[in-house]
Amino acid sequence: MPLQSHTQPQHLSMQPNQAGTLLQKLHVDAPLLAGLILLCGIGFLILYSAGGQNPDLLVRQAVRLGVAFVLMLGLAQVQPQTLKRYSLALFVIGIVLLLAVLVIGTIGKGAQRWLNLGFFRFQPSEMLKIATPMMLAWYLAARPLPPRWLHLACALVLILIPTALIAKQPDLGTALLIACSGAAVLFVAGISWRLLIGSIAVCISLTPVLWHFMHDYQRDRVKMLLNPESDPLGRGYHIIQSKIAIGSGGLYGKGWLNGTQSHLDFLPERFTDFIFAVFAEEFGLLGCVTLLVVYLLVTGRCLFIAAQANDTYSQLLAGGLTITFFVYIFVNIGMVIGILPVVGIPLPLISYGGTSMVTLFAGFGILMSIRTHPKLIPG
Amino acid sequence: MKSADSAVVLPGSANNRRPLTIRKYRVAGNVFRNRITATLAVIILLSLGLVARLIYLQVMGHEHYSSLSRNNRIKISPVVPTRGLIYDRNGVMLAENLPTYSLDITPEQVEDLDETLVRLQALLGITDEEIKLFLAQRKRHRGFASIPLHLHLTDEELARFFVNRPYFPGVEVHARLVRHYPRNEVTSHVVGYVGRINERELKRLDPGNYRGTQHIGKIGVEQSYETALHGQAGYQEIETNAQGRFISVIKTVPAAQGKDLYLTLDIGLQKTAYDALGEHSGAVAAIEVETGDVLVLVSKPGFDPNPFVYGISMKAYRALQTSGDRPLFNRALRGQYPPGSTIKPFVGLAGLEYSVITARRVKHCPGFYQLPNLSHRYRDWKKWGHGSVDLTKAIVQSCDVYFYDLAHTLGIDRLHDFLQRLGFGEKSGIDLVGEKSGLLPSREWKRRARNQAWYPGETLITGIGQGFTQVTPVQLARATAILANRGRMVYPHMVSRTKTLDGITPWQQAKEERLSLNSNHLNIIIRAMVDVVHSARGTARRIGVGIPYQIAGKTGTAQVFTVKQTEQYQEHKVAKKLRDHALFIAFAPADHPRIAIAVIVENGGHGSSVAAPIAAQVIAQYLEES
Repeated sequence: MPLQSHTQPQHLSMQPNQAGTLLQKLHVDAPLLAGLILLCGIGFLILYSAGGQNPDLLVRQAVRLGVAFVLMLGLAQVQPQTLKRYSLALFVIGIVLLLAVLVIGTIGKGAQRWLNLGFFRFQPSEMLKIATPMMLAWYLAARPLPPRWLHLACALVLILIPTALIAKQPDLGTALLIACSGAAVLFVAGISWRLLIGSIAVCISLTPVLWHFMHDYQRDRVKMLLNPESDPLGRGYHIIQSKIAIGSGGLYGKGWLNGTQSHLDFLPERFTDFIFAVFAEEFGLLGCVTLLVVYLLVTGRCLFIAAQANDTYSQLLAGGLTITFFVYIFVNIGMVIGILPVVGIPLPLISYGGTSMVTLFAGFGILMSIRTHPKLIPG
Repeated sequence: MKSADSAVVLPGSANNRRPLTIRKYRVAGNVFRNRITATLAVIILLSLGLVARLIYLQVMGHEHYSSLSRNNRIKISPVVPTRGLIYDRNGVMLAENLPTYSLDITPEQVEDLDETLVRLQALLGITDEEIKLFLAQRKRHRGFASIPLHLHLTDEELARFFVNRPYFPGVEVHARLVRHYPRNEVTSHVVGYVGRINERELKRLDPGNYRGTQHIGKIGVEQSYETALHGQAGYQEIETNAQGRFISVIKTVPAAQGKDLYLTLDIGLQKTAYDALGEHSGAVAAIEVETGDVLVLVSKPGFDPNPFVYGISMKAYRALQTSGDRPLFNRALRGQYPPGSTIKPFVGLAGLEYSVITARRVKHCPGFYQLPNLSHRYRDWKKWGHGSVDLTKAIVQSCDVYFYDLAHTLGIDRLHDFLQRLGFGEKSGIDLVGEKSGLLPSREWKRRARNQAWYPGETLITGIGQGFTQVTPVQLARATAILANRGRMVYPHMVSRTKTLDGITPWQQAKEERLSLNSNHLNIIIRAMVDVVHSARGTARRIGVGIPYQIAGKTGTAQVFTVKQTEQYQEHKVAKKLRDHALFIAFAPADHPRIAIAVIVENGGHGSSVAAPIAAQVIAQYLEES
């Protein structure tokens, strides 16, 4: 199979200006990069306000962003074929690390999620957020599509292993997200609509069973979603305060740095999981819609990259990562505005915190690699 | 891979004659593109859902949520429980809560906080530590909450502040209850004291229960019974405005007040024992034989615990810490001393119980003892020896040679086992935090701790209470009480009952145990101990004169300083710090024992002259009172 030259990909050589050439050489997708920079900019703006105008917070976030950015650039240089080759290994390592966490991991905030490597602490579940879709894409790409029953069953087992291990930590939010990332790959691989709708129906009917296996705090969160007023000063406090913050923001918001809910400490976790409430309070409905549009543009660009990908592995992986990215956004905002239960999922690219930032940018690095590496189309 | 590529290579060439796999892949490509489109559609739909919810909250619910945000909010304010009081066994107050005035600051109302603090410090006796604690607390409170800066204003400070009050907006005087210990240094170690909660404790404490509490028990009963004394905080739901200022109280859940504690301590006896120690450092522990009630627990010197409540100054604290006689050290509970000759009655009992000796067997004492084939002379305190010695005479005159021989015959294993049953080498289990376990040496211990074999000579000195053996005053008093109790175990405890609004809960002994000891053997030992006090040659005969009851006792002298083989110990030549410790154990009345006591006088010289009179005074007072 003849390959096109690496140095002169046709679709990129069309762009004339200098910046374009530099970005090409760096294997960076300019529209995606622009979207990410915009989102991170918004993130810094709101973090400054939510964190009580504490510059230390911004500096730390900037450092993490720098690390994440370098990782993204690094991954963008790697050929998708190389990624494909290491998919299995990465997945296996991830699973081994998850097992290690269950055996020797450190416990923080009541859950065993961290692996202490001496010089830094590492959360293997974050690695699985990338490794699981990679594994599934690798597995399914080598098989006829849409997947047959047997392959589907194998794929489900592949999803279930990391999900169960992470749910046992217990970290239900991350476990569901990882299940989601695997399911997303299955979805773009083309499992039939009937099967999809059928399994969603089964899931809903299995909710009472899931309820039975939930931890008390997880049940509380679901109960709080249904009726937060039942315990306004205890467990329902997050949701009520968050809704007050958002609702009082109105159409135009109270203005940057002027949110009272957040600044008077009423809003808990205001610069991590609940940062969207601060944003909504200060920038109002217009700000929220603008932010959603930016998110949609980034997601759209990623979908475009997936659609343009030139081999099955890249298609499946790009599709899966993109859908997962949107699920993050939807679940976080849904939780903050009180239509989903409270699960510990940060708002991508905006919430304060290092691990999720690094994982997300790794995903974008893979997307950029898929976008910018020469297509395997004969000339 | 190859075929996948060819599927993409040939877009749109839907040719039925192509191989099956190729056709499938092409279809897959279409499916994939369909799926991306479907994804886009679902994403847009879900986003519209979010927007709909946002419109519901921010447009339709705007007024409702705005009023919630702007006008009324509910906040929780703690109701601090009153700390339980501490009484002695007869209801005499040992720790009380006195109303006092504290200086509080509301940071929000102060224009220049740093400047105000500097001026306040110049005006009143406010320490740097208080300022530091205030600034640390300030971080945890909102600006409108008042935070205590100085907990105890003297009358003079109060007057001085009120004269200058107009110049200090946002600084207020509040009435508070503050702990006070009327018995000062007499109860400082046993009752202990409370102090300001420090940063480390803050992390450990339940924030709900301790929000608003400024003090926590640091040592003694105050520390050991912190949970009971503190009580359970209540709370108030308070309606506040947007700035968080108080509007009205909606609901009050009262605090559960701390429990009052009645100690087993008899403050009269405690004071007598404390005073009787005079200028000496030392400890006295007295136990009621029948119940295990700790009647006296003195560690001298004590210290005034009251400054600790308000926050003692660094300088004063350092002075206490570096003082040569170590006033902060609880000798009664944590002091570990060689028991000296006070161990002899117990060793003698071991000899009888193991049938190694009889009361009648006589041993010659030439003034020293030698192990077979060894030249080292283990000396008797009486240089020229005691002559012919039986068990009674050995206890009464405290003959070392008799016990060297007995220990040698018993061997360290049996010696260790028997003494362990009397509670040596183990914590007595008293309900106070920080008790030491002393040390009862054994072969196993020496191998573990020193990685050395046990030498026979070490058994000899263990038999006269020297060498490795270490006991705490509480342990010694307890062993004496067990002896007085004829083998029935005694469980020393400080708290006799707790009182709440619901009633009184008495202390209950957890278990009942008895050592099986031969009654005749006990009689022999006890009679010998009575002779220590009441016979003409007894080492403590001076305290036995003219009392209407019999005391059974034993003197002891614990070496701090080892004299060379060729030298003689001369008290006046040795620095006071290296002089022997004087010990005395006793119980009375000998026929129906009611009180057991152990006295240790550091560097006091001989047990007979210094320690025994202290014990006699406490016993006399106890038996007269009841």
